[in-house]
Amino acid sequence: MAETAAPSARPDERLVRTGPLARLLTRPDIGALVGAVAVFFVFAYFARGVNWIGDPGIAANWTDQAAQYGIVAVPVALLMIGGEFDLSAGVMIGSSGLLLGYLATHAHMNIWPAMALVLVFGLVIGFVNGLTVVKTRLPSFIVTLATFFILQGVNSAGTLKLTGTTAIQNIDSAGGFNAAHRFFASDLTQYSFKVKVLWWIGLTLVGAWLLAKTRFGNWIYSAGGDPTAARNVGVPVDRTKIALFMMTSGVAALMGIIEALELRSMQAAEGIGKEFIFIICAVVGGCLLTGGYGSVIGAFFGAAMLGMVQLGIIDARWDSNWTFTFQGGILFAAVLLNAFVRTRAGKSR
Amino acid sequence: MNAASHLLEADGISKYYGNVVALNDVSAHVNAGEVTCILGDNGAGKSSFIKILSGCHEPDAGRLVVDGDEVHFTSPRDARALGIATVYQDLAMVPLMSIWRNFFLGAEPRKRVGPVQLLDSATAKGIVRKELNEMGIDIRDPDQPVGTLSGGERQSVAIARAVYFGARVLILDEPTSALGVKQAGVVLKYILQARDRGVAVIFITHNPHHAYPVGDRFVILNRGQSLGTFEKSQIDRQELVRLMAGGRELAELEHELEAIQAEVSPDPSK
Repeated sequence: MAETAAPSARPDERLVRTGPLARLLTRPDIGALVGAVAVFFVFAYFARGVNWIGDPGIAANWTDQAAQYGIVAVPVALLMIGGEFDLSAGVMIGSSGLLLGYLATHAHMNIWPAMALVLVFGLVIGFVNGLTVVKTRLPSFIVTLATFFILQGVNSAGTLKLTGTTAIQNIDSAGGFNAAHRFFASDLTQYSFKVKVLWWIGLTLVGAWLLAKTRFGNWIYSAGGDPTAARNVGVPVDRTKIALFMMTSGVAALMGIIEALELRSMQAAEGIGKEFIFIICAVVGGCLLTGGYGSVIGAFFGAAMLGMVQLGIIDARWDSNWTFTFQGGILFAAVLLNAFVRTRAGKSR
Repeated sequence: MNAASHLLEADGISKYYGNVVALNDVSAHVNAGEVTCILGDNGAGKSSFIKILSGCHEPDAGRLVVDGDEVHFTSPRDARALGIATVYQDLAMVPLMSIWRNFFLGAEPRKRVGPVQLLDSATAKGIVRKELNEMGIDIRDPDQPVGTLSGGERQSVAIARAVYFGARVLILDEPTSALGVKQAGVVLKYILQARDRGVAVIFITHNPHHAYPVGDRFVILNRGQSLGTFEKSQIDRQELVRLMAGGRELAELEHELEAIQAEVSPDPSK
């Protein structure tokens, strides 16, 4: 060679030309996309009686359900990539909705400052979760399980003491309710697509952008991938993890606000059980249980898949008890696929 | 204090973990364009020593002097701000992350887009390619996960990273210990390359045969104590080996070694 060729001009001979398809398959979110499309067509067949494909009302139903899962699945996926779990993310929805109900109906606050307080409450719970995990080095599984049970008790006992029932009603009596309802919980079109679907899409884009395009995203990957290594090069791992816990509880609080505005009332048991759904969404989206790898876009497709299953089983006129079995099967398939993809990412070119 | 101060000097460093004395009155120094080797067997205190030099731990006694000024490091960031970079045994790299993300981890280049600071991935990838190429390291694709690189390649990326980030002092923690003969040779070559660029290198190893060819100065640790600092002119390879293994104990060991060596090869090389 007469002159040194620019290294980028000539592809390395060891770089086997990978087609776009092979490249796609090493991405963590593609499995979730393929799965979501597959589930869609499964119900296109079995729920053909209700015109699953063609009826926008049907799509409005399952996207509503998917948004309920997908909004919180965004920070849960980021948290898992950061190497932690939050089992209190489900019950936080109930706690936040009930708090909003209390502030609106018993403290007679305007809905906007009440919503601001609820968000602060969410951030504080997340901070406590995060600080406890970071300071004690206990597994977040145990720490947030404790938070889960503490909040569950507070939700039931508090609601009963306040109202004598298991729900707080008449949240729409608060000042400013209609404007807030329009912004968070109204219908978008005549087919009653919910505005929360936009929140779901928006939060997903923000989460994916954070992960791919910001320094914080780099820190999230490293905090989950190898916290010791990350600390050694100066990444503030503890602060990153605390921020992720705060985001998770904060978004769960937002979800609680959305539900309270939509239903105009809040059940004491609301949100319980959803923490696992969020984790399933994240795992379907390619998040490894060991952290350091995953995708927010994937969690989006995971939520879409679970939303379709939830509604599709009803539309196909199957016994809805099968929903759990479906969810379990999806989780199982996702974990197996992730193990495969991880091996590829770790070893292949 | 010396009239001509060293680039980095550790003076009488001691470190205790509870009632365990990890280091007792250990001193070492390095100047630009030199390689100081810290030698010692497992448990000699090498790791504790570099953790103090790199700002991970604070010494219980003794002082660190950079350019003649005493410094106190409370975190690795403080050390890095003064140009002291450490390449750890575990390489401080995240296997599942790409080369470029690892290269810039903790010091990500950013660009302003409207009101927000974004990761400048295009610049980052370009720099990674160029820097590695300049050190003669041939990587395939800056997007590939670090976990797919060989041990020597990873080590080289780590060294290139430190040099790129303006390391004036490069602390290498056992960079050759997990490598085969050939790859260890490659890493030793990068050490000399860094030295020739004017970097002060502190090379921690338990292998005197890796240390001797590249080192200008040798500090030998044994059970947390320093056995002294030797310029290359003051010590030959065999003396280095002898000191490292603890003098008296080595008399017997050397005997055994010679017996084994005689068995393995009829012509024992030095």
